Amino acid sequence: MRFAIQINEGPYTHQASDTAYQFTKAALEKGHEIFRVFFYHDGVNNGTRYTVPPQDDRNLQKLWSELAEKYKLDLVVCIAAAQRRGILDANEAKRQGKDGDNIAPGFRISGLGQLIEAGIQADRLIVFGD
Amino acid sequence: MSTLHTVNKSAYERNALKSCLDHALPGDAILLIEDGVLAARKGGSIAPALTAAKASCKIYALGPDLAARGIVAGQVLEGIETVDYAGFVDLAAGASRVCAWL
Repeated sequence: MRFAIQINEGPYTHQASDTAYQFTKAALEKGHEIFRVFFYHDGVNNGTRYTVPPQDDRNLQKLWSELAEKYKLDLVVCIAAAQRRGILDANEAKRQGKDGDNIAPGFRISGLGQLIEAGIQADRLIVFGD
Repeated sequence: MSTLHTVNKSAYERNALKSCLDHALPGDAILLIEDGVLAARKGGSIAPALTAAKASCKIYALGPDLAARGIVAGQVLEGIETVDYAGFVDLAAGASRVCAWL
């Protein structure tokens, strides 16, 4: 089965990103397809590579990046939500005149159309958030 | 054409579970996750509403979230089935759609 995942909450805010990660991992391990993971609202904060949580704590950004690499996942960060929260890739940083970018490996910035497409293409859209 | 409802808020903090129970149709499944699992505890004031809902819906709770909150097997309301993340995936695949009561 083909799943799409939507995450509306940042890492360490509550538990939504953790639950979404565990669900996505379990689905992939069962042989299901993840069409896309869409990070919306504060969920975009999962996609900055500048997070440095304590070493004995889970690093959600790293977990997502590693899962994306292993399974070739499409991790999409909503552009409007990202700009409000300072999540930039190299192109956006240049376009906005900022001195650097912070998007994490495996993530890309795109628009809401990607969420709509995921909802259409996937058999199930599962939403995690606050 | 059943729906899987997920509830991730404590019933003692928000009314997400109550809204869910008011909208769920016979044959639907309800999965308590995150703080939502607190409703699965025996003796809680929300327990009678969940027990009543069991007559028409199947109710599940996510095991790792129960364990994280110190709710052991004997404290879970009778008739609530505990599932792991793989079980969550199976429930989502088995229903026609998933509705998150955020």
